[in-house]
Amino acid sequence: MGKSGLNKKDKISHIDSSTIMFAGDSGDGIQLLGHQFADTTAIAGNDLSTLPDYPSEMRAPAGSLGGVSGFQMSFGDDNVMTPGSKPDVLVAMNPAALAVNIENIENGSIIILNIDNFTEHSLGKAGYISSPLDDGSLSNYRVISIPVNTLIETTLKDSGLTRAQILKCKNFYMLGIVCWMYGLSIKPTIEWMKVKFKKNLSLQHANIKAITAGRAYAESTQIFEARFQVKKAIVMPGKYRNVTGNEAVAYALIAAAQMLKKKLFYGAYPITPATDILHVLARYRSKNIRVFQAEDEIAAIASSIGASFTGAFAATGTSGPGFSLKSEALGLAVISELPLVLIDVQRGGPSTGLPTKTEQSDLLQALYGRHGESPMVVMAAASSADCFDTTVEAARIAVKYMTPVVVLTNAFIANGSEPFNVSKACNLKDFKFPKLPPKEEFKPYKRDEKTLARPWAKVGLAGYEHIIGGLEKDVETGWINYKPLNHVKMTKLRAEKVARVVKEIPPTKIYGDQEGEVLVVGWGSTFGAITTAVNEARKMGLNVSSIHIKHLNPLPSDLGTIMRRFRKILIPEENLGQFRMIVKANYLLDPIGLNKTEGQPLTSEDVLRKIKKLFTR
Amino acid sequence: MDNSSLKRTARDFASKCPVKWCPGCGDFAVLAQMQRTFANMDLPHEKFAVISGIGCSSRLPYYLNTYGFHTIHGRAPAVATGVKLANPDLSVWVVTGDGDALSIGGNHTLHAIRKNIGIKIILLNNRIYALTKGQSSPTTKMNVITKSSPSGTIDYPFTPLRFAIGLDCTFVARVMDTDMTMMAHVFEAAAKHEGTAFVEIFQRCLAFTNVEFDHFKDRTKKEDIMVHVEHGKPLVFGKNKDKGIVIKNFKAEVIEFEQGKVPPEVVVYDESNTELAYVLSGFFYPDMPVPVGILKNVEKPAHEELMHDKEKEAGDITLKSILEGPGTWETN
Repeated sequence: MGKSGLNKKDKISHIDSSTIMFAGDSGDGIQLLGHQFADTTAIAGNDLSTLPDYPSEMRAPAGSLGGVSGFQMSFGDDNVMTPGSKPDVLVAMNPAALAVNIENIENGSIIILNIDNFTEHSLGKAGYISSPLDDGSLSNYRVISIPVNTLIETTLKDSGLTRAQILKCKNFYMLGIVCWMYGLSIKPTIEWMKVKFKKNLSLQHANIKAITAGRAYAESTQIFEARFQVKKAIVMPGKYRNVTGNEAVAYALIAAAQMLKKKLFYGAYPITPATDILHVLARYRSKNIRVFQAEDEIAAIASSIGASFTGAFAATGTSGPGFSLKSEALGLAVISELPLVLIDVQRGGPSTGLPTKTEQSDLLQALYGRHGESPMVVMAAASSADCFDTTVEAARIAVKYMTPVVVLTNAFIANGSEPFNVSKACNLKDFKFPKLPPKEEFKPYKRDEKTLARPWAKVGLAGYEHIIGGLEKDVETGWINYKPLNHVKMTKLRAEKVARVVKEIPPTKIYGDQEGEVLVVGWGSTFGAITTAVNEARKMGLNVSSIHIKHLNPLPSDLGTIMRRFRKILIPEENLGQFRMIVKANYLLDPIGLNKTEGQPLTSEDVLRKIKKLFTR
Repeated sequence: MDNSSLKRTARDFASKCPVKWCPGCGDFAVLAQMQRTFANMDLPHEKFAVISGIGCSSRLPYYLNTYGFHTIHGRAPAVATGVKLANPDLSVWVVTGDGDALSIGGNHTLHAIRKNIGIKIILLNNRIYALTKGQSSPTTKMNVITKSSPSGTIDYPFTPLRFAIGLDCTFVARVMDTDMTMMAHVFEAAAKHEGTAFVEIFQRCLAFTNVEFDHFKDRTKKEDIMVHVEHGKPLVFGKNKDKGIVIKNFKAEVIEFEQGKVPPEVVVYDESNTELAYVLSGFFYPDMPVPVGILKNVEKPAHEELMHDKEKEAGDITLKSILEGPGTWETN
């Protein structure tokens, strides 16, 4: 818990940051509780990062270990970049939630339990032979036991709701307790409830009563030895909202279409953990936001390609298995040179793998997973809010260079959330792209000299009728052409066009010294963990710097030079070394890997441990 | 532009690309008729989009000077869906074959029809994979010797019309590639149809399945082999118009009568009757005459129309209105 920790003598303990884990049955409303608490801390001025972790089963048996749903988050000052490694507060709604998380809780941390759910039966389901409350196994923690079921039933006995409905309110009772512990206002949640339960007043009143009573309970019973005041972050002035990575992607697609003055066409097929992009966009289906739920992954991308041919700004989203199914059509987008943004929300693989868990293991597929010489722009988002910037940039490149662009996110940043600057996002400038040549001069594959992009003449435009397709085409006219030298030219032109995207990449920022002992090179969702770890290591006096790669193809032009200025290169990634292989092949360097494939994000502790090891050898 | 003033001929719709099909291929007739149909429509060139997959038939877009997209195997209905949804004002045609539309692309054909997307699917059924030089397709008959079935096929074929009618397709027709008059009539009706139009062409392939459709070519017999289905007219066939279709106990039968004296029990065709269309789609020669013409033609709102209504209802949603909605906070 932050730097200053808890001082028992103080009534209020000031800390830089805190990590809390909410855990319970998947029917306990844990995700909602977590999201509401995240919004509450954000409104209070904290920076934050969240990590929802839910089971992939429809609904695992109640009280079972497999059915535990978790929501971990870190909040505090500007240095919060990850959802934290080890929670210093665990809220466990049942024994299974305690059993699943206890290994990750350090001695001295706070554990808040809903004691009413610690019956012999549910203890058994969680695999406890004796009650952890009695056998001393929790003696190193500060355990706070609260009979939440009893309290909520008493609170809402006159509400007119059924017992089942009343018990559903217990997550907000718990939220009231936690808000008191951190000195946070419950007002934002009450405001949210007024909107959420606008049509069901009895539920609205019950939930408002629940959170208010929870807070009052914590205040009056003095179950906490002290309260915490978590340091606020200093952020750019403006309007903010909390966004998950999937929301940020959806907003970015809407933004890009607006900046292009085009209709958005989003073709998608349901797949975890990418479906929320479809959900968000479907909610805003309107004049300029066209959403199509296709019959399969292939049709999702094929319809998007058709829409792109017809002049819409087209995008599709998917995850692992769906990405594989889209490979063939991606090849068509490459050869027909149409703009398209594909979001791949990576999850644990291969095959169905770990549908709800995170990984970074689709990198090589994004780079090379197509037949033929099939170069494509590949980018990766660094955090939940960065999914917005990355997707907008991907759209700009796709249109400017007439190419498909893959944006890699993953389950961690797609479901996790962080504050997002709304004012900045609403004030982006329109994209500018080259005008079509006059009709008489139009040739479908006659390229722009600078970018090598071919003109985008949409179906319906008089005088520009033309045919494109998957067959190799003539270097200018686009008619079918099988001649050997023409294929050589076209193969090289397609490669060169993608290579020229390097001009769009800003100089790589080095965090730390410009040269030295160790350089940590990260890409995608590991940004927060790496930056936090490098920061810690530097405070310890270790000569370590870091860079973060957003453009995976083409790679930044300064990457080789920068890496050669360090004695050792460390590449942490959530796979068995895919980016490390790319670095080896491109720069003939021999980086050290830190590889995690647990379905859980790399933490700053993982990275810090490895950095320290590099210095102790 | 006043489209009614558009005066064009089929030649105006021919592209500069040399046509590369085997001499005598049935595809030529389809191409010629599409050019003619397009010329007769009150739509300028740029409003046509012809989308194809892979196969002999899928070369067709190259030979039309409209917008065209020669896509990948089986995916034409999905690409065409994206084209139509991105701009519903377009006349979107899919040219496909039995392997392309019914085997590798079966799912896309199925869902385009189910959703009633306003595309015209012209399925050139030659009962063989011809471009890959002769393997059995989903419409190849039983026990036919092909390169992939040297001892005869053992897969039961299926009937494209039954597939389309089973999916409640709003326009279903079948035409012989040699019958240009009927093709003109069917294409014109398909072009006007809102929603999915599914047209099966019995298409001879000289290289592999020429004999397949031989019996239809025999001028002396073809009137006895086929029944021309016309809305509001009795199902009468035969060179002397002396045979008719009756339905007893849900079973169709052929009865014979004196020329010109059609008995009242002969079925008068109704193109809005799905059950009737389904019964006819199961007719196979020699037991029954093969039905050709428009088997089904009904009105039902197309997907893009329903989509348009929903979008109109929602109005204009901007990024600003979404992002600045509930859930924000401000810092100074």
